Amino acid sequence: MSERSDADDIADAGFDEWLDAAETGDAYYLECANGHGSLPPRRVCPDCGATDLEEVVLPEPGEIETFTITHVPTPAFEDDAPYATAIANVGPVRITGQVMGVDPEAVETGLEVEVEITVSETTGERVIGFRPA
Amino acid sequence: MANVRVAGTGLTAFGASPERTGRDLFAEASIAAFDDSGVSRDDVEAVFYGNFMGELAEHQGHQGPLMAEAAGVQAPATRFESACASSGVAVREAVKRIRTGENDVLLVGGAERMTNLGTAGATEALAIAADDLWEVRAGTTFPGAYALMAQAYFDAFGGDREDLAHIAVKNHDNALPNEKAQYQRAIEVDDVLEAPLVSEPLGLYDACPISDGASALVLTSEDYATDHDLEAPVAITGTGQGGDRMALHDREHLARSPAAREAGEEAYADAGIDAGDVDVAEVHDCFTIAEVLALEALDLEPIGEGISAARDGRTTADGELPVNLSGGLKAKGHPVGATGASQVAEMATLLAGTHPNSDHVADATTGVTHNAGGTVASAMVHVLEVAA
Repeated sequence: MSERSDADDIADAGFDEWLDAAETGDAYYLECANGHGSLPPRRVCPDCGATDLEEVVLPEPGEIETFTITHVPTPAFEDDAPYATAIANVGPVRITGQVMGVDPEAVETGLEVEVEITVSETTGERVIGFRPA
Repeated sequence: MANVRVAGTGLTAFGASPERTGRDLFAEASIAAFDDSGVSRDDVEAVFYGNFMGELAEHQGHQGPLMAEAAGVQAPATRFESACASSGVAVREAVKRIRTGENDVLLVGGAERMTNLGTAGATEALAIAADDLWEVRAGTTFPGAYALMAQAYFDAFGGDREDLAHIAVKNHDNALPNEKAQYQRAIEVDDVLEAPLVSEPLGLYDACPISDGASALVLTSEDYATDHDLEAPVAITGTGQGGDRMALHDREHLARSPAAREAGEEAYADAGIDAGDVDVAEVHDCFTIAEVLALEALDLEPIGEGISAARDGRTTADGELPVNLSGGLKAKGHPVGATGASQVAEMATLLAGTHPNSDHVADATTGVTHNAGGTVASAMVHVLEVAA
């Protein structure tokens, strides 16, 4: 069940590059000619079907729209719990990530955050995170 | 258009039976459904079967033929997968098939073996219904995703954990006489509020249990039911399906389920009813907040008001619109691939007067079932009516 290491050793093209970019502060979203935003890997705009998608710098900070503190995680986050997960509005997209650099109990809707890649304490894998701006 | 009759229903008890195979569970449900229907296995033209995590739980793919064989049916069989709405979509496709006149008799249902995975393993398996790259790898669990919706709902419309607790209490009360239910045990609001937190604001008693179980239906055309003099008083008169973006963060509104609204509108129009005609509902309460979102999406409660429905008694067994008289996923249990068809089984027996809770809806003629997959990127709604 939790032995996904073989699969994890293989890159997820498009997603891994996004994490690389976010690590150096260059997170982006994909934009079509109609201004719809989406996240990679993607060839087609999910809103309008446009196939010409451009990488655009993510306009940070974003703002937390909802959050939860998870006490019962999947095995991949066993040693990380409890942790706060949030959905943040960042420009034309929303992103799900873990909130760090703040007591989970202090996380609230409306908190301004920036994307920052962190690492799972359980697996050492990269995890999308948010840090208060 | 030819209506579809529910000729027979069969359910295993839902609960923890980690040693039982999926094929054994489905065999038991199918035997009960055939016995209930009086239909011969020889007349079954196809098997439509729902299952979600068979590869993970039993290392078993290609479950359609396996389950037809387990049921003693020699006919083509297909497995449908739509996360927790897997057998809901199997029912829908079966209804459509019978309506076209292509088939007269179908065996429909689903099964799921989950408890052999343990809590952590089942949590991980359920999580694959979310976007692996953008949700699961950020630590989203299923309780976590519904907790994100609950918090968004509280922020948008108000309400609190105590409102949600009344939903859990109601559904446990409803399960008391249901011998198929995983929990035939009453709970109090304080039990819910004091239970360990899973993903705030949701606690252990806001969540449905991890369950093993199976459901089966024998569905027939109206003509077949008449020609064979079947006791099949309930018809499936409406079916609808809605879809949405995969990840919760791409929902138009984080505290609404547009796919369920779409499915409901389609099913109501298909049956020629509107929400006001619904007498009783079985909705997909995998978490307490999910019942709220379902009632609002189905237009059974105004947006922002579903949160108080259980607390104020509108949806209790003796309320104006009883919801989840079976006990719901919350107390009856949620073997995910079995759930959609089990809701249809519960509703058919509620309307036929043969369910232990039928007395609460003695005058009911119209019921609705709502089955959701993922964070409602898939939704199936069916309308059942007592045939005139």
